[in-house]
Amino acid sequence: MDTRSSNLKSSALSVEQPVGAGTTRPVLRQALRRKNHLDANHGKMGYAFASLYTLLLVAFGIVPTLYAIFLAFTSSSGSFAGVANFVQIFQDYRFLPDVGHVAAFLAIWLVGLVIFVVLLALIVHGIRARWLSGTARFLFYIPGALAGASSVMLWLFVLDPAVSPVSFLLRAMGLQTLVQTISPQHLPIVFAVIAFWTGAGGWIVIMYGALNNISTEIMEAARIDGANAVQIAFSIQLPMMRKWIAYMGIMSLAAGTQLFVEPQLLSQASNAVVGNDYSLNQLAYLYAFQQNNFNGSAAISIVLLVAALALSAVFVARGGLFERD
Amino acid sequence: MVLLHSNPRRPQRLFRAAAIVTGTVLVSLLATACSAGSSTTSSGSYGFTEAKQVKNSAITVWVDATRLPAAQAFEKAYPSIKINVVTYDGAANGSNSFKTKMQLFDQAKKGWPDVVWSTQDNDSSWASQASGGTQPFAAVLNSGLVPSATLANFAKGALDPCTVNGKVYCLRNDLAQNVLWYNKTLMDQFGYKVPTTWEQYEALGAEVAKQHPGYIIGAAGDAWTPEIYMWASKCQANDVTGIRSVTVNTTSANCVRMAKLLDAGIANKSLTTDSVFSPSFLTAYTGKVLMMPGPAWYSGAIFDSKTSLNVPAGQIGAAPPLAWSGESAVTGDVGGGTWFISSHSANLAAAEKFATFVTTADAYQVKLAPGLPAYAPAAKKWVAQQVASKYFVDDLSAVTSSAAQIWSGWGSPSFSQEAIWAKTITPGLTAGQTIESLLPAWGTAIKNQAQVDGYTVK
Repeated sequence: MDTRSSNLKSSALSVEQPVGAGTTRPVLRQALRRKNHLDANHGKMGYAFASLYTLLLVAFGIVPTLYAIFLAFTSSSGSFAGVANFVQIFQDYRFLPDVGHVAAFLAIWLVGLVIFVVLLALIVHGIRARWLSGTARFLFYIPGALAGASSVMLWLFVLDPAVSPVSFLLRAMGLQTLVQTISPQHLPIVFAVIAFWTGAGGWIVIMYGALNNISTEIMEAARIDGANAVQIAFSIQLPMMRKWIAYMGIMSLAAGTQLFVEPQLLSQASNAVVGNDYSLNQLAYLYAFQQNNFNGSAAISIVLLVAALALSAVFVARGGLFERD
Repeated sequence: MVLLHSNPRRPQRLFRAAAIVTGTVLVSLLATACSAGSSTTSSGSYGFTEAKQVKNSAITVWVDATRLPAAQAFEKAYPSIKINVVTYDGAANGSNSFKTKMQLFDQAKKGWPDVVWSTQDNDSSWASQASGGTQPFAAVLNSGLVPSATLANFAKGALDPCTVNGKVYCLRNDLAQNVLWYNKTLMDQFGYKVPTTWEQYEALGAEVAKQHPGYIIGAAGDAWTPEIYMWASKCQANDVTGIRSVTVNTTSANCVRMAKLLDAGIANKSLTTDSVFSPSFLTAYTGKVLMMPGPAWYSGAIFDSKTSLNVPAGQIGAAPPLAWSGESAVTGDVGGGTWFISSHSANLAAAEKFATFVTTADAYQVKLAPGLPAYAPAAKKWVAQQVASKYFVDDLSAVTSSAAQIWSGWGSPSFSQEAIWAKTITPGLTAGQTIESLLPAWGTAIKNQAQVDGYTVK
């Protein structure tokens, strides 16, 4: 029988059918039709799930981005302004200090997050007793379940040596008053600690899931070969978690460059000792709503977007995020 | 190898469907964004375009936590007028939340509250100006909306921060000029005399530091410290010369002499760098405040307050503001608070009733208000009530007379001097630097902030 029969042309299936004795054409056709039907359903569900996300992505992600690009290159009257808005924001006396603030915060936070989340996930995964492992994961997750603003409110009390439950720690570090705790050189660390406390728990749970994906046979084989926990971690678990670590890096980078809630609340709670123009996102907010300069605000947003995209590209490349296994 | 492909026409069809839906959504979004949702307006007789008035509609009022009793007093006095009370930070310490929130509403072209309280008295500088195609947020009050008899009864100069080009845009809540608050009991106990000049004040600080360490004669840790000390020394840090022009000179002799005084007091610990509203201040200095230059509202907010120093009755008195030797005394002003009526209000009658009540009615201003009312008849009664309660040791005449001594060289620009001081000086003080060494940085910070806010700086 000729496999290149016209019956097979109607579908895009290229199936190599071993046509031998006992295989009749009607049975073949029926089997192919069933497979077509199943695959069609398969594809339909995928598109259905993705379409809602795509709609929202376009409506709340892409369209606002395009609008921001439009605003960034026009003036308030709508006429083309070239790079005037960008020049204006680069010359703003607050821009460079804010870049420094966000960069310092990101450096401390990203490095700390990646190291500690992976470390804690490895430890939690290595715990033999299931009840202990489950409890640990639950406890890690709880701070992240609080909404961002309420977590910061909690930290406003923790940071004030006069009312903090860990005031002995603060005083041991030589900090007697709230103003000392939030002095400018401490702020990147303070914000990194707050962001870590709220964000790490969820990522630990995700990394734990990623570790579960690693086949136990490989782990067994390594153990039989005499590798200890550290060697297993570095040689097997970490390389296989590359993609998830890269994913965590990108999501945290996106959130970190947009630092806003922590400095904004701390500014109000500290009676303006922490300025309300600490981070780039706050500067964009001030441009839009205090100086009524939406074009400048859009320019700052575009700068942030470009920076985040560039750094994410590094993570994608190094982490092999889109590689197929 | 088996490649799993479904019918290529199926995903194409779905794609097309998704594209059509997306397109429809986008078009409808753009359509709603483009259509200017302007309410039908009628040009009113009050000097601004009014929104369509809806009789008996509920009004939304924004207050801060300290002004909540005012809203509650209004509800008691006028149970038939429905009000929705929203608390916010009152734009305290130059947080700008009043301005940023109103500009958000201007962008949306709807949603403004009807009456807003602000702790700052520089909000008329922006609320009187149109922004982004929307009319000014603040309603003009002296073109008929508020009876002219009411406006005339405010203390002389009280409505100056509210007045732009002859139009009054807000009602002043209280007068907040600074006097020298002192604890007569402690002063008599230690045998000190109340100073009348800044030089005597500085010398007293040195004595107190030596003889009674732990006691203080002032606080320099709040964001309004320049409004108490620098203003009183005629420091030209905030000389607003026009609608959008300001002169800034923080290194003049007037500024340096006060900076030296503050540094000396901070060094010998007779002046504290704690904020008077911080828990550490209360722990360290309850019962240990010999005197404190401060605004009139310190009376109810700091001294006669259970949540603050809670000084027993019969101890606190008010002395006139200090003068530099050979000069006449001038004083500063810390806020005083203002009430705004929204020009977009759909029930101007109720909004006007609320704003007038909270600034003039005895039920709040005399009975409950923590500071000296800006409305003169209420102020008289407030002083009489304080005297009758015998909380203060004198008749508070220093408080009323110092209203005429406010130095006019310190203005109310649209940016916040408090925020600049808090950001520039306070961290430096905590790090051990002197105010005198920070004066140039302070001046630069003021100039920078003024320029981004559209001011020409000389």
